[in-house]
Amino acid sequence: MSKPRVGVFVCHCGSNIGSIVDVPAVAAFATGLDNVVYAQEHKYMCSDPGQEMIRDAIKEHQLNRVVVASCSPLMHEPTFRKTCDEAGLNGYLFQMANLREQVSWVTEDKAAATEKAKVVVRAAVQRVADHTELHTTTKPCTPATLVIGGGVAGIEAALQLASSDTKVHLVEREPSIGGAMAKFDKTFPTLDCAACILTPKMVQAYTHPNITVHAYSEVVDLSGYVGNFQAKIHHKASYVNNEKCTGCGACLQKCPVKRVPHEWEQNLMNRRAIYTPFAQAVPNKPVIDAQHCTMLLKGKCGICAKVCEAGAIEYDQAPEGTYETIDIGNVIVATGMKTFDPTPMKALGYGRIPDVYTALEFERMCHASGPTEGHVVKKTNGVLTHGGAAPKAVALVHCVGSRDKNYNEHCSRVCCMYSLKYAHLIKEHVPGCEVYDFYIDMRCAGKGYEEFYNRLLREDVRFIRGKVAEVNNWAIYPEEEGRLVVRVEDTLVGTTRRIPVDMVVLATGLEPAEGAKALAQTLHMSCSNDGFYLERHPKLAPVSTATEGIFVAGCCQSPKDIPDSVAQGAAAAAQAIAMIKRGTVEIEPTTAHVLEELCSGCQICIPLCPYDAISRDEERRLAVIEPAKCKGCGTCVGACPSSALQQWGFDDKQIYAEIDGILANA
Amino acid sequence: MASFEPRIVAFLCNWCSYTGADLAGTSRKKYNANVVAIRVMCSGRVDPEFVFRAFEKGADGVLICGCHPGDCHYIDGNHKTAGRYPMVRNMLEQFGIDPKRFRLEWVSASEGDRYAQVVNETIETVRALGPLEWPKRLNESDTASPA
Repeated sequence: MSKPRVGVFVCHCGSNIGSIVDVPAVAAFATGLDNVVYAQEHKYMCSDPGQEMIRDAIKEHQLNRVVVASCSPLMHEPTFRKTCDEAGLNGYLFQMANLREQVSWVTEDKAAATEKAKVVVRAAVQRVADHTELHTTTKPCTPATLVIGGGVAGIEAALQLASSDTKVHLVEREPSIGGAMAKFDKTFPTLDCAACILTPKMVQAYTHPNITVHAYSEVVDLSGYVGNFQAKIHHKASYVNNEKCTGCGACLQKCPVKRVPHEWEQNLMNRRAIYTPFAQAVPNKPVIDAQHCTMLLKGKCGICAKVCEAGAIEYDQAPEGTYETIDIGNVIVATGMKTFDPTPMKALGYGRIPDVYTALEFERMCHASGPTEGHVVKKTNGVLTHGGAAPKAVALVHCVGSRDKNYNEHCSRVCCMYSLKYAHLIKEHVPGCEVYDFYIDMRCAGKGYEEFYNRLLREDVRFIRGKVAEVNNWAIYPEEEGRLVVRVEDTLVGTTRRIPVDMVVLATGLEPAEGAKALAQTLHMSCSNDGFYLERHPKLAPVSTATEGIFVAGCCQSPKDIPDSVAQGAAAAAQAIAMIKRGTVEIEPTTAHVLEELCSGCQICIPLCPYDAISRDEERRLAVIEPAKCKGCGTCVGACPSSALQQWGFDDKQIYAEIDGILANA
Repeated sequence: MASFEPRIVAFLCNWCSYTGADLAGTSRKKYNANVVAIRVMCSGRVDPEFVFRAFEKGADGVLICGCHPGDCHYIDGNHKTAGRYPMVRNMLEQFGIDPKRFRLEWVSASEGDRYAQVVNETIETVRALGPLEWPKRLNESDTASPA
């Protein structure tokens, strides 16, 4: 290759870089570096005129290498590679120097920042001289998408995909799709019945010819690469043959094991050992809980098999379930959230005082098919039944486990609104009931939300600004006898208060779903500090992840309400569809390769490869790398004692040049 | 002695630590400017020779950051890095380089704060150890050796 002719383009990024780093000085410094034939600065290098300047300079000065010193390569490397390509220069003969995220934004001292910027530019200039032309490869994209999680976000994504004629595998770990929304009674601020708007979508998804619903199943492994993933799905043993089961429900009536806590009903009532989580379950196929079924535990009973006219009960299913591997092009993760368990907040009395409920427990109490058939009532001898006494006063406690450094720092975004909804529902279910709403700040940001709050202000709800200190059942005054007492500092009045009530509802916040971390590891995704999945960019790529071909939607990314979850489900589907419609995916060329003349055939590299991409050519006694399997981590390269393995774009020479560039005047 | 400004080379994996370092910037966390990062796809790519090369060229300290155990984008590249770490420390010790000048840390993509903290700590540790001047010492040992 001819002698390097490097062009260096230093960006001010408005004032982001320019206010800290002396950009003209850096450009002047670059002019004096070896191989640099042209250096220029620009206010916004990524803008059209900025890119035009690069393209013109490549042609005018016959540049064969380009360094852009601007933001992070994670931000604009693809942009400037494309700029180079457009000017006829291979995009890999380009290197980016990160002056923004790793210099100007993290350095206070201007002189130190400018010096560091020069060092970073010099390292990039030295490195780029050793760059070679590389070319992405194009692979076909499997026209199918895996959607993990059958809540409203996942269902929306699946339906959008299916309507574009894309095959969808919708995997749900519970026996029914529907997710958290299926448990809700009404939805704020419109007070739509949740089931009325969700169940049609559930049925539509289940019956759509392009969607395969894998209920009671989990994704246990993902291999391959963008466009060509293989997912391993674990179908848990349900002991019911879904092909034969007609969903008649005879088994549900006759099962004699009646005292199993009903998890889906927040353990407020019991279910049988064979069950569907709720009446409108989709698919409407029961599962047998092997932990409680006496037939499976002791070999005695068999009643469900006797009453099943379809002969769908299969006690002999393998308890470990079955596994299936599917081919997909991309993945949408929509695994939702779980609600905060307030048991550790002892002062609030949950688990100790019978009529203190979590939000989801109260939601089920309001629901016509819940434990009290929709009656808002107190427990009778510790048990919740529809015949219980109605409360005369109810307290709603905001921010339980949210905005609290002892538990979760984040705001769960939905609790203010659902508490307002509860205030309305209590007034509707128990006319004349006093409702006290204890809030820190009322956060009603959403279409129609503030208006809903204003409506509640007129519905005779007592709003008290203050974080509840304690809920107890120790009466001091006669009116507190036999009731619960909420102790709070009323910060608007500036006094502490004791308010007697009969029931307390804790507005429990949202947390990452059970198993979120394990799934992140299975899919090689990252989590934010709060445990929710990390998006590629918080503003501009909110449903993408760092892993090409894996998207996120709904509450698994952060707490959000139903409209936002649905919007993200559709957004993720649009990205998945775009990839599939294009039909191909571009694979980065930064894979490992073997310099055969240096390879001694020692085989150190072979067990290091996590993808089995390296084998040994026994005849020639050499390592051989299968490029299609290599994902370009470079672990084998870092370990090769003969430097016989190299990684395109990250070879030893290039990294040495970068090290030397950093330390050039040390 | 005038205040000594150590020079640190940091090798950061693309998926966790480089992203974490970028996040430190996005959230405007300030840290010492004496560290310059080199991006590799995985911390497993960091050949021990990169570490020696950096010291040979005048670095006073070397930092490697990768994903937390279990979080590696390439399944377990970071475990392999961790496996090499004691070997590199031993070799540095044999060269007469205090192994405290070489550090391996896990920094996730959401740990901008932590990256800033790790960098500042590393710089303070190395500052306390004083300049390494390995190139000069290499030269001296070359001239001192019998012809």
